[in-house]
Amino acid sequence: MRIALFITCFNDTLFPETGRATVEVLERLGVEVDFPLEQTCCGQMHFNTGYQREAIPLVRRFVEVFKNYEAVVAPSGSCVGMVRELYPMAADLANDKRLAADVEELSPRVFELSEFLVKKLGVTDVGAYYPHRVTYHPTCHSLRMLKVGDAPLKLLEAVRGIDFVELPEARECCGFGGTFAVKNADTSIAMLGDKLRHVLETEAEVCAAGDNSCLMHIGGGLKRQRAGVRTVHLAEILATTEEKIKP
Amino acid sequence: MTIEAPDAFSGGKTPHFEESARESLADSQLRRNLGKATQTIRNKRAVAVEEMPDWEQLREAGRALKSRTLRHLDEYLLQLEESVKQAGGQVHWARDGEEANRIIAGIAKSHDAGEVVKVKSIATDETKLNEYLKREGIEAFETDLAELIIQLAGETSSHILVPAIHKNRSEIRELFMQKLGVEDLSDDPPDLTNAARLYLREKFLKAKVGISGANFAVAETGTVCVVESEGNGRMCTTLPPVLVTLMGIEKIIPAWQDYEVFMQLLPRSSTAERMNPYTTFWTGVSEGDGPQEFHLVLLDNGRTEVLDDEIGRQTLNCIRCSACLNVCPVYERTGGHAYNSVYPGPIGAILTPQLVGIGKSGSDSLPYASSLCGACYEVCPVKINIPEVLIHLRGRVVRHKQDEGGLRGKLDPENVAMRAMAKTFSEPRLYEGAQKAARIGQWPLARSGAIHRLPGRLAGWTDARDLKPIPEQTFREWWRSRNGSGTHSGTRSGEGS
Ligand code: SF4
Repeated sequence: MRIALFITCFNDTLFPETGRATVEVLERLGVEVDFPLEQTCCGQMHFNTGYQREAIPLVRRFVEVFKNYEAVVAPSGSCVGMVRELYPMAADLANDKRLAADVEELSPRVFELSEFLVKKLGVTDVGAYYPHRVTYHPTCHSLRMLKVGDAPLKLLEAVRGIDFVELPEARECCGFGGTFAVKNADTSIAMLGDKLRHVLETEAEVCAAGDNSCLMHIGGGLKRQRAGVRTVHLAEILATTEEKIKP
Repeated sequence: MTIEAPDAFSGGKTPHFEESARESLADSQLRRNLGKATQTIRNKRAVAVEEMPDWEQLREAGRALKSRTLRHLDEYLLQLEESVKQAGGQVHWARDGEEANRIIAGIAKSHDAGEVVKVKSIATDETKLNEYLKREGIEAFETDLAELIIQLAGETSSHILVPAIHKNRSEIRELFMQKLGVEDLSDDPPDLTNAARLYLREKFLKAKVGISGANFAVAETGTVCVVESEGNGRMCTTLPPVLVTLMGIEKIIPAWQDYEVFMQLLPRSSTAERMNPYTTFWTGVSEGDGPQEFHLVLLDNGRTEVLDDEIGRQTLNCIRCSACLNVCPVYERTGGHAYNSVYPGPIGAILTPQLVGIGKSGSDSLPYASSLCGACYEVCPVKINIPEVLIHLRGRVVRHKQDEGGLRGKLDPENVAMRAMAKTFSEPRLYEGAQKAARIGQWPLARSGAIHRLPGRLAGWTDARDLKPIPEQTFREWWRSRNGSGTHSGTRSGEGS
């Protein structure tokens, strides 16, 4: 199978290691990965902040770049949520019937990484080895918009050597919310405080998630507190193998 | 705490959500009271909903019924008017809050009523009826326990179902001792209720006019319905000889049969009960029984404009169950007063700006009072896609600023930055240039592997969070170095990684 990787502008710039890990996991499973270099940003930040007319050219670009692929995979629940749930609204706003039709045709083929692996490929054991105590924050968009369900947990369960511990009140939002984290920084931080408390309760050394935006927020808080817990994207856990760790 | 604060419906300027939230967030008693209360209701609701095997079908039925009714609202309203008249009631139409208040005060005056008793009603809070009546020399007594508490305290409601949710028992005890002149009072709920009961009984028996809101009204028969837990509402609607009901036009349902759906959805979603304790129905007037004069005031106050908005109109499906407030992580922490509106929480964040109109800076901040986590949509019994409406309204707010805000709107730093970024993202070459520039530009900020302080508006981030610096190589640079400049990997099994 050949897929297109949608890296997301956020990962491309700030978390390239997540992109490399995603490529590695997919190729290990025999998936052929394309990376169309004309891709930029899905437009989520603009759209969700209200700059929706400004987001329309980005929506068009995304559709043009990816429409001929059998499947598009992204290591980000919220960007996939943007494409699948909000692109139809963007196309309506653009008052563009062709764009709407293209969106309708393309969006069911756009997958978040864990859902692609578990639901589309039917794989849970990707051959990973990760000897650490790990907890997982499910992120709201993966959970409630994409309904990825327990796909990430199934993948983590199959990782060898992992000491997985469930996060209390896992379904509660971490308080990131895109520009919410800056516009309503006080509320965002109040929400983060409770999330951090739950993460620390698990005594995990790693807090994982399927979205680096939420992780940057959680990780930024942990780091500021010198909490001794690091944040790692699910893809990086799945990419780690025994051969890689042992010299 | 804001005392008698003007809100989005009082006309003047209101503070932005983020300013008010900052104050509430610092109130540790409020945080504790609200955190505890919302968590309790939330968990109870989850249990009450779980035992319903057909909950999802019920939600869908509720949504479908509401949206069909709204599509034909004009017809149903005329039908309702006709059936209320047939049953001996009188119907009044109020374009806005001012008109509604005038009508209601007129009715009270025509009966020489210096005092009226009220059932809990958010519509009358929306129109600021109590203040209006006061100016006209009429005193309104709230009879719902929680409404009474906030009226005595001179505060405003902070929750659509539990207006005094921000107060705990000992605070209420102190208030009753001060305001009701009770000398010996414990903070036991039965004792508190009893103190209120003694005070209210007298009011019920004396009042010539009762005022209520409405949860539903059946177009077919003209039957109005109030759903409550205490029985005080029933006294208000049955004891005084004159009854006036103020109802938002969206509260209408076509037929009795539709109760089957709503009477299952509402109690479980709001109070986590299988069946509502006091459900009062009345159809016009009945000779020798209950009020002998009944007025139904139908309130628009911006609702027809909401109907005009294809995405926004689902907001009018709302049956005011308050489930969305109880699950909202923002509401749970800021409380209701931060929203500066009689409608707080997720429903308030979408309803208020639509009712008062986009372009008012205070209420324009409300659609942003959400992390878009979607917990509200998940519980809403009539399936209002609140995150979708929030995003849609953010778009309307921004477009309004850009199109009507003149030069100031255009030069707004956020607008300038967002437009520049959109331009950058629209062209891979510009985008890659910006990635490199950001990497170089950050060096004065990054220290020992983390950014601790950001400048300007972005400082909100680094108030409590470090920021990871931009790494040496972007993903696409890595991809190019691995594959030449091609799109296609052409490699297998982690080669080059
Ligand atoms: S929006 Fe939905 S959940 Fe919120 S109060 Fe209205 S009906 Fe209830």
